[in-house]
Amino acid sequence: MKELRLMKGNEAVAEAAIRAGADGYFGYPITPQSEILEYLMAQKPYETTGMVVLQAESEVAAINMVYGGASCGKKVMTSSSSPGISLKMEGISYIAGAELPALIVNVVRGGPGLGTIQPSQSDYFQATKGGGHGDYRLIVLAPSSVQEMYDFVKLGFDLSFKYRNPAMILTDGVIGQMMEKVELDDQIPRSTREEIIKACPWATTGKTPDRERNIITSLDLDSSKQEKHVLKLGAKYDKMEAEEVRYETFGCDDAEYIFVAFGSSARICQKSMEMGRAKGIKVGLLRPITLFPFPKKPIKELAKKVKGMLVVEMNLGQMIEDVQLAAECKTKIEHYGRTGGIIPTPEGILNALEKQIIGG
Amino acid sequence: MTEEIIIAGFGGQGVLSMGKILAYSGIMGNKEVSWMPSYGPEMRGGTANVTVIISDERISSPILTAFDTAIILNQQSMDKFESSVKPGGCLIYDGNGITRHPARKDINIYRIDANDEAAKRGILKVFNMMVLGGYLKVKPVVSSEFIKKGLEKSLPTRHHKMIPDNLEAVDIGKAIIQQIQSVN
Repeated sequence: MKELRLMKGNEAVAEAAIRAGADGYFGYPITPQSEILEYLMAQKPYETTGMVVLQAESEVAAINMVYGGASCGKKVMTSSSSPGISLKMEGISYIAGAELPALIVNVVRGGPGLGTIQPSQSDYFQATKGGGHGDYRLIVLAPSSVQEMYDFVKLGFDLSFKYRNPAMILTDGVIGQMMEKVELDDQIPRSTREEIIKACPWATTGKTPDRERNIITSLDLDSSKQEKHVLKLGAKYDKMEAEEVRYETFGCDDAEYIFVAFGSSARICQKSMEMGRAKGIKVGLLRPITLFPFPKKPIKELAKKVKGMLVVEMNLGQMIEDVQLAAECKTKIEHYGRTGGIIPTPEGILNALEKQIIGG
Repeated sequence: MTEEIIIAGFGGQGVLSMGKILAYSGIMGNKEVSWMPSYGPEMRGGTANVTVIISDERISSPILTAFDTAIILNQQSMDKFESSVKPGGCLIYDGNGITRHPARKDINIYRIDANDEAAKRGILKVFNMMVLGGYLKVKPVVSSEFIKKGLEKSLPTRHHKMIPDNLEAVDIGKAIIQQIQSVN
């Protein structure tokens, strides 16, 4: 039987990084995700697996250490919360432009600006639509349990290496701070130098006489070459949209109404669903797991057969834009959100469904 | 079975760790559990609370507004959470420092003067385990053997010598809790 532990979401991320055979974590403390760095420092993986854990002098330094490590084909990551992620955005754009694998964890807090330390989902646009400059996409995973916080670290690394593209875990203070049961995997050994040279022929592993120099850069002043590069990135994003969409549905088969929610909001919606069903309201839930690539097809299919959809987010209405695009005006779509670190209640969500969709 | 609990009191009373031991004991008893603390500015020197859910099924929302049981350890928490107990549910409180006693007529009310008892015995450190014992007397959601296992898992090894004192406190709590009002 697998080892079971009661862990905070943040601790699960840290433990998962060690067990996934990560080579390095570079971070800077910020609530509500400081436990990631604290847990790693307490575990001292540099004495066991050899994984580097480093508190950088700033967020900007940390993301550029990730850039450097990733250039060498190493499995590297960073984590922060909203204001810190904003600081990392330049580096993230460079990492995407240079086609490097890396994992970034954003435990979102309320914004804009310094905002609040309480949970929020107001960085959806930043994670899925850019944040940094240029035509790039992140693979964005949205866990809704502590187990998924754990599982998505390995998944994020795997996808980021598969596509040579940075992946982000977009979560929030609810999932980061709560404790749940986690099933732990066995330790995966860190890749050896030989394994990295074989798996990452693009990495700066030291030039040998039998190959050209590997150059890691996001700069090409020749526009025709830069366009070719961006089109190549575009083809990668198309492939992700075709092959990597992940989502989960609850009670959608007989549903007349649908909640669409990700992360912690999706957990709260499950309770609203239980309460609604007890009152005879046939309501289901679609939970996007990948926010990019977004589950357009299942939303379009559901939109054709239901009477309405309520998009529930801890923001002013961000994912709703993707839901509306996917649904192609086939059904009524409304938004219910709380902001500033206020968490929606199961009752509030059900009430919004009854008022805005059923009675509206 | 699903039991939705809020434990609320002052920071430093062991509210969060009581919830953690309860949740760990639930895991040992093969239950699904969640533990959601208040982590905001209020826990930096004020009230602290934690929502614990123990269930045989997959847990939906870790955040709730209505509870099967509220365990209340100070007046602020009484003011905040008395109204959050589901009708027919349970409110357990320590009388220490309580100036306004619970007034609801539609819930079961229990009083456990664990603070006084722990002070009298000079074991204030395990005050929270006494309260946990009282709760388990009212709602035996996990058996004592799992509480022991939960303590072993949640306490660092260097504190394992404290486990017998903790278990004794659980037993004291079971003995001293008193029912004030019954609606069942």
